Amino acid sequence: MENQVQEKKAPRIVLPGEFIDDLKGRKTNAGVYIQDDKAYSQVVGVPRVGIYEVSVVPLSGKYIPAFSDKVIGVVKEVEISGWLIDINSPYMGFLPLSEGVEEYVDARADLTKFFNRGDIIACRISRVTKTKSVQCSMRDMMARKLNGGTVIKVTPSKIPRIIGKNGSMINLIKEGTGTEISTGQNGYVWIKGENQALAMEAILTIDKESHMPGLTEKIEKMVGGKINGTQE
Amino acid sequence: MGHKSDIKLIVDGKRTDGRTVDQCREVTMEVNVIPAADGSAKVGFGSTVALASVYGPRELFPRFMQESDTGILRTRYNMAPFSVDDRKKPGQDRRSQEISKVMKHALEPVLFLQEFPKVTVDAFAEVIQADGSTRVTGINAVSLALVAAGIPMSHMVTAVSVGKADGELVTDLNGKEDNFGEADMGFAMVHDTGEVTLLQMDGELTLDEIKKLLDMAQTACGQILEKQKKALRDFYVKRGE
Repeated sequence: MENQVQEKKAPRIVLPGEFIDDLKGRKTNAGVYIQDDKAYSQVVGVPRVGIYEVSVVPLSGKYIPAFSDKVIGVVKEVEISGWLIDINSPYMGFLPLSEGVEEYVDARADLTKFFNRGDIIACRISRVTKTKSVQCSMRDMMARKLNGGTVIKVTPSKIPRIIGKNGSMINLIKEGTGTEISTGQNGYVWIKGENQALAMEAILTIDKESHMPGLTEKIEKMVGGKINGTQE
Repeated sequence: MGHKSDIKLIVDGKRTDGRTVDQCREVTMEVNVIPAADGSAKVGFGSTVALASVYGPRELFPRFMQESDTGILRTRYNMAPFSVDDRKKPGQDRRSQEISKVMKHALEPVLFLQEFPKVTVDAFAEVIQADGSTRVTGINAVSLALVAAGIPMSHMVTAVSVGKADGELVTDLNGKEDNFGEADMGFAMVHDTGEVTLLQMDGELTLDEIKKLLDMAQTACGQILEKQKKALRDFYVKRGE
């Protein structure tokens, strides 16, 4: 997917209502609607026409939670039996006590000793109902509390570009700036380390120019490093 | 309308600003002019300028307004106090409430709001300079701002005003034609499908004239749609350079 962006010419951009491709029995994903067996775009974005699927990667828009998404969240409220999590979406996430803590917790216990208001966590979306009630879970390999650092906001659809092929782009920034970085599919990026400002700048540049050619070189120059082992 | 005046609106086939009868004023469009908004646009038809911003989808309060199976669209049309010659009293009045409502109905059919249950998309159209056709300029601006905000839409909405001045049918009325002409018609459509989403008329027209005006409006909408698309493409392609 990523090497398409590496091409030197700017990719095609579709606008809402523009014809993308004949469906020919393929599936559609986000950003596409079907009419008379033809796929049209719902949003402004870059079309991805694959063998099995037609979709559009949007260039703007809010994060809408989906099952099994890995997200970075900020604890907004401590409730009686869980926590309300801000997941950069119009919908709040709820982290129930049973999904948040492994050990047995007495009903009268003070939940702030596990997660308090303002804490940053990496978690996974474990349930989304039709009416968009969202449940989060810490029962996952990657789920953890993120101590210190800052959270920045980027366009959710740009996260794969920030990570890069096999994590090439994010490793480049991590090594170049000496920071720890964790990304969530909801568009929150957590950064901690000595050169936070530079890492932030690099990530915001990717967010702004993700669909333009020559981005990798620009970031390499910015953080002073090279992507090794990838065929560019 | 209704005003009697000695002003000649059309002389030798030329209108007060030198246009021919079926010509639009110079159209300027700019996308994402307000960084704090999720999407915004500035659209000018001659000296009529409207600024639109879209926020959302975002949480909807008061809670009783929430719909559990779909999102809602809220629109607000407002004229700035300095947008007209005499100072306009600030705030919503009967006229702007009506326009807010028709604007909502003009844009709602193209939005996939069912993808966002319980939340709202808020669209604001602020007229900062008024010289006729403000509601259609507002609709054009909000349509662009909705696209820029990444709200899923089936098509873009395009709007234009048509009418009758000095006995001639004209496209894109300016302030004088609006006030002293015989009729004006606000028109919005989904140009790709031919669906009409706004049709308002004030004044006197024969059935034949209405039919002709609808044709003229459709042609003009086609041209304006191209300009809307160009404004969006320019923004997203140039942003990276």
